[in-house]
Amino acid sequence: MAPVTMLEAIRQAIFEEMERDPSVVTIGEDIGVYGGAFKVTAGLLERFGWERVIDTPISETAIIGAAVGMSYQGLRPIAELQFIDFIACCFNQITNFVAKSHYRWGAPVPMVMRGPSGGGVHGGPFHSANPEMYFVHTPGLKVIYPSTAYDAKGLLKSAIRDNNPVLFFEHKFLYRRVKEELPSDDYTVPIGKAIVRREGRDLTIVTYAAMMHTSLEAADELAKEGIDVEVVDLRTLLPLDKETILHSVKKTNKLLIVHEDTRTGGIAGEIAAVACEGAFEDLDGPILRVTAKDSPVPFSPPLEERFLPNKNDILSTARELAAY
Amino acid sequence: MSYPLTRDQHLELYYFMKLNRALDEQLVRLFRQNVVVGGLYSNLGQEATSVGTAYALEKRDWIAPMIRNVGGLLVKGFKPRDILMQYMARKDSPTMGKDGTSHFGDLKVRHVVSPISMLGDLVPVMTGVAIAGRYLGQNIVAMTWVGDGATSTGAFHEGLNFAATQRAALVLVVENNQWAYSTPVAKQVPLHNLADRAKAYGIASSIVDGNDVVAVYQTAKEAVDRCRAGNGPVLIEAKTMRMKGHAQHDPAEYVPKEMFEYWEARDPIARYEKYLTENNIWDAKSKAGLDARIDKELKEELEFAEKSPLPPPDLAEQGVYCEGCHTVEAEWKRSKKEVTPPQSSVKPEWEVADFGGFDLASTISSKAAAAAGNGGKSAASAPSGKSMRNSPEPKSNGQKASLQKPNERPEKSRIAEAERVPFGRGPKGKAGRK
Ligand SMILES: Cc1ncc(C[n+]2csc(CCOP(=O)(O)OP(=O)(O)O)c2C)c(N)n1
Ligand SMILES: [Mg+2]
Repeated sequence: MAPVTMLEAIRQAIFEEMERDPSVVTIGEDIGVYGGAFKVTAGLLERFGWERVIDTPISETAIIGAAVGMSYQGLRPIAELQFIDFIACCFNQITNFVAKSHYRWGAPVPMVMRGPSGGGVHGGPFHSANPEMYFVHTPGLKVIYPSTAYDAKGLLKSAIRDNNPVLFFEHKFLYRRVKEELPSDDYTVPIGKAIVRREGRDLTIVTYAAMMHTSLEAADELAKEGIDVEVVDLRTLLPLDKETILHSVKKTNKLLIVHEDTRTGGIAGEIAAVACEGAFEDLDGPILRVTAKDSPVPFSPPLEERFLPNKNDILSTARELAAY
Repeated sequence: MSYPLTRDQHLELYYFMKLNRALDEQLVRLFRQNVVVGGLYSNLGQEATSVGTAYALEKRDWIAPMIRNVGGLLVKGFKPRDILMQYMARKDSPTMGKDGTSHFGDLKVRHVVSPISMLGDLVPVMTGVAIAGRYLGQNIVAMTWVGDGATSTGAFHEGLNFAATQRAALVLVVENNQWAYSTPVAKQVPLHNLADRAKAYGIASSIVDGNDVVAVYQTAKEAVDRCRAGNGPVLIEAKTMRMKGHAQHDPAEYVPKEMFEYWEARDPIARYEKYLTENNIWDAKSKAGLDARIDKELKEELEFAEKSPLPPPDLAEQGVYCEGCHTVEAEWKRSKKEVTPPQSSVKPEWEVADFGGFDLASTISSKAAAAAGNGGKSAASAPSGKSMRNSPEPKSNGQKASLQKPNERPEKSRIAEAERVPFGRGPKGKAGRK
């Protein structure tokens, strides 16, 4: 079979789940006739009809609110946010209504909120965000941020079948850049499980999404210098797979965290705490991080380039850490 | 339309309103004894609105109450003990102490969605419930309430606008109790009638005396039937009064004394008692019987609530996620085949009924239309727009305001084929598709 882009993998997941289960519906802006701003939902309307592919007014609060109501009725809505930046407009619905529902009164909210996120495409301050940490800080949600087409498809299927509200971040830089052959059978990838993408002995890089690929490239280069890097891809940010992180840190004794999210309050801080709590005795050096700068995502290419973490940042920080 | 009520139904309305009030009074006593944890929000003076609207629903219909809609919860089958234990933060309360007040619900049996504190949020949620109900073939109506203050939120707007575009079976009761915390309604909305908000969404609306339970019921029933028939959402403005402060801590000194007196004279329960007597629907004996029943029930309910312990601390860490503790299953009332390919498949094209040109606006003069280049011949028929609303302050019980219909839009474009302009690139590069 021909290799499939991450975008196509996501489309396939939605398509196959809607085919499998009529309680799966989609809702969002311009997702029907137009097929979505990035064409993730292309072809869905034609196949599943107006009742299952619902184009809405520009009302993020209504999209999330209505999806909650549908899920209370036993449906499994997939809500698209045209760009994930607009999730700020429905922050209240997600953090107060959705996330607390099961805890407060035992009402599960089996819905998926998904959308294109991340920078590197010169989208500027409002079309490049990585807002995952607002939601990682919200008990009751699950947060997924895949890096490969295989994982995107398998994790999205798991998210749709999950009885909890799941945020599914789709890195738009990866949409058409990563490709792989996918199994033809109906597979899923479990939520809450990180994966070791590259085994190594000297140093652990914990990362996710687009930075996973940058980290792998850096690891290849570091190998030439004799630094053997292990790369852990989180895949799910909430719940965090502490076990896999700690297992790797105990093996390499050194931890570097790489993320495209901004520095202060990024998940690196949380992972550092997890490592200190669970593997302090095993650490042979400081826990370091490579992240975006603490600013909004700037628009102009040289500015965005400076803002985003890159391979060279990883290389120099990894060398620094390896020297301990 | 008038919807006659039987004697039993009349008495049941009394029972729910009186129980609502007795429960309110009981909670005030518990609050003074420090048994209530946190704030206490009174329903006093608004019983007719909650009870009368919820009473118009069928068992299969859905509600989402706000904090002053305990009456709606009682009509839907919750017991006073549920509300008591919620306020007392007890283990056997519906939320096991995780939340208080009327913040609880029941998806499967009573079809009640729990509110959250954030005002207006239920409007889009209940829109979703209604849309899903239609999708599943349930023929249900979803009802929720918002205060005058809550009509100013973005969620209210987004929710109602979406409900209108979807023609969702949503009955939205705007409970205009004149105050939002300390803010009078005039500072909330520059409109005399909050029902006028409906015009912005092109939906039907009506105004009712919220302290007249029969009128409220009649108005709500008409709205519910209209919704169920697929005619889109209805907004009902119930004019009433919050007879206490925002919550128990608030002495409401900002409310003019005369205003309380005005509404005191229109107390919904006293009025209804008079109505039942004047219309020979009951006598002193049946009233005494109902009052005694309420007393006895409430006593038993309180005993139950008081016996319930506070929740064990371990519970704080449980239930954040659904780990197989609940099954999620839709109640299908139509064939799944209808929404499964190939039956579900459609031509993915919009039907664009009119081109939105200046000449189609019904309100413009023919001169302006001529200037727009259409020779004035296209002055489309004016929307009906006739107001059928009654005076906002009906005097007698049972007087019902009829619905104001939304503006009717001309069905088809009046622009001739030759005058169509290209849209630019459509889905398949075609211009001016129908
Ligand atoms: C979005 C939001 N902002 C502020 C509050 C705090 N608050 C709680 S009730 C209330 C007044 C509500 O007035 P109204 O909607 O008229 O309802 P009423 O209390 O009169 O029943 C306010 C400001 C809130 N709950 N939600
Ligand atoms: Mg009010």
